[in-house]
Amino acid sequence: MLDPDILIRARGLTKRFGDFTAVDGIDFELRRGEAFGFLGPNGAGKSSTMRMIGCVSPPSGGELTILGLDPVTDGPAIRARLGVVPQEDTLDVELSVRENLLVYGRYFGLPRAVIAERTDRLLEFVQLSERAGDTVEPLSGGMKRRLTIARSLINEPEVLILDEPTTGLDPQARHVVWDRLFRLKQQGVTLILTTHYMDEAEQLCDRLVVMDGGRIAAEGSPRELIETYSTREVLELRFSTFEHDQAAEKLAHAPAERREVLADRVLLYVENGDAALTAIRGLGLEPLTSLVRRSTLEDVFLRLTGRRLEDG
Amino acid sequence: MSAATIQARRADPRTGGPLTMAIRAFQFWLVDYRRTWRGSIYSSVLNPVLYLGAMGLGLGSLVDKHGTAHLGGVSYLAFLAPGLLAASAMQTAVGESLYPVFSAVKWQQTYQAAASTPLKPGDIFRGHVMFTTMRLTMNMIVFLVIMSVFGAVRSVWVIAALPVAVLTGIAFAAPLDAFAVTQKNNDQAFNVIFRFGMIPLFLFSGTFFPISQLPGWIRPLAYITPLWHGVALCRSLSLGTPDVLGSLGNIAYLLVVAAAGLVAGQITYRRRLHV
Repeated sequence: MLDPDILIRARGLTKRFGDFTAVDGIDFELRRGEAFGFLGPNGAGKSSTMRMIGCVSPPSGGELTILGLDPVTDGPAIRARLGVVPQEDTLDVELSVRENLLVYGRYFGLPRAVIAERTDRLLEFVQLSERAGDTVEPLSGGMKRRLTIARSLINEPEVLILDEPTTGLDPQARHVVWDRLFRLKQQGVTLILTTHYMDEAEQLCDRLVVMDGGRIAAEGSPRELIETYSTREVLELRFSTFEHDQAAEKLAHAPAERREVLADRVLLYVENGDAALTAIRGLGLEPLTSLVRRSTLEDVFLRLTGRRLEDG
Repeated sequence: MSAATIQARRADPRTGGPLTMAIRAFQFWLVDYRRTWRGSIYSSVLNPVLYLGAMGLGLGSLVDKHGTAHLGGVSYLAFLAPGLLAASAMQTAVGESLYPVFSAVKWQQTYQAAASTPLKPGDIFRGHVMFTTMRLTMNMIVFLVIMSVFGAVRSVWVIAALPVAVLTGIAFAAPLDAFAVTQKNNDQAFNVIFRFGMIPLFLFSGTFFPISQLPGWIRPLAYITPLWHGVALCRSLSLGTPDVLGSLGNIAYLLVVAAAGLVAGQITYRRRLHV
């Protein structure tokens, strides 16, 4: 009935909490071996979607098939084949690193010998071997996150679900987590993740959907989305505060495909940023600072929703 | 159900029957207990020694001087000890239920971690009750041994007080687990339960004096609490004076409360963990 390479299929998937609709009829498919992302601000419905996929939240409507099974009737069988990295680490901080993996492995009915062997391998992979016997409590946020990732792999899952895998981590810790996730991806692990960091989505996702207000606003690879919804380059201009409004108005006539006026900057979407800057100076405008950069998913999001990702 | 679905279910050893799954959840508490078992043994020994010493022997020496007709003609120590046994089952049950459950669902979210594995919410609940049953059994054995050392036992029937006391504990643990898991933001309700539930029960359920000493209108309140039934059962077994019909009634009542708690927990755990 199904293409065996489609691991998850959602049609009109909906989640309501009372009167509030968190997920409003979304469609998507996850294919084996890909890294699929949900990009959107806080409250877009990403976590609710992840929880439905993780079979800990029954859908309120629509269809959801995971690994060929129905999450409502076959939750345990599906969860046995998933790996979950929740937004909060949910580790037992009073137990040791190794004990956390032991307990979790036992939930899957794995024999102790198998858990011990996998624990060594997984702690090596997330660079926590030296902390194996230590209590979790004093570990840094990045270490706890890596431990949660190791834990999610104890059952050798077919799909790894990550809800905001690097939220709350400092930049260095984020890069370590990204590096590990990238390696998993290269090993062929299927990833499905949510994020409100556009750089995370660009680095990790082969394909993603932009989510806003419980709906999917756009879908494609990061490159496709940028090509479809933005220009090649962006010219960012900053003016002195009292000139800002006036300059923004004048820039409506600038030779750009699109203009976005933010509180502190004006963004011009153009093919060639340097040429546009010259043209603007020709209009008699002199910005305090100017920056030419490539378009990112942030620009796609701004275009689709009129808001910036971090604004939520 | 398609053949493929049946195949997928059957082929997977990572899922199993309710007992298998509850045992997996139970093992978490067992691993957790490895950290704290020493301290818990000290208190399970110290608690009965202090109470039986101070109240059974100390206060008891005064009580016995004034005659023990109200106590059924036995020493205060022999009267008190089985009551304390049941009361200590309640205390153990409360200690293993309210805060551990709230911590697992709110502070550490280890319940949520378990819920993302093949375990169902009901398995997680029953695993916790299973661990509480183990702790009850341990504490009650220690208590019974200390009771005999104090010479507070009058009959070999006291052996049957072990399962009875454990059952009394479960009749508290299961409903309290079911309640604790529903608490969303803070643990304030637990203080209310301690002050207005557990302490009055401890004092007025026939542990320290027969409830015939209570005003008549308040006695029915004692009858609806599981503790009174546990106290009555343990006492009649320890003194070797079981009234068969009454005891069966007590057991039936405790079974009903425990079963109601088990059903309630199945529902409240699912509502909290599968939202």
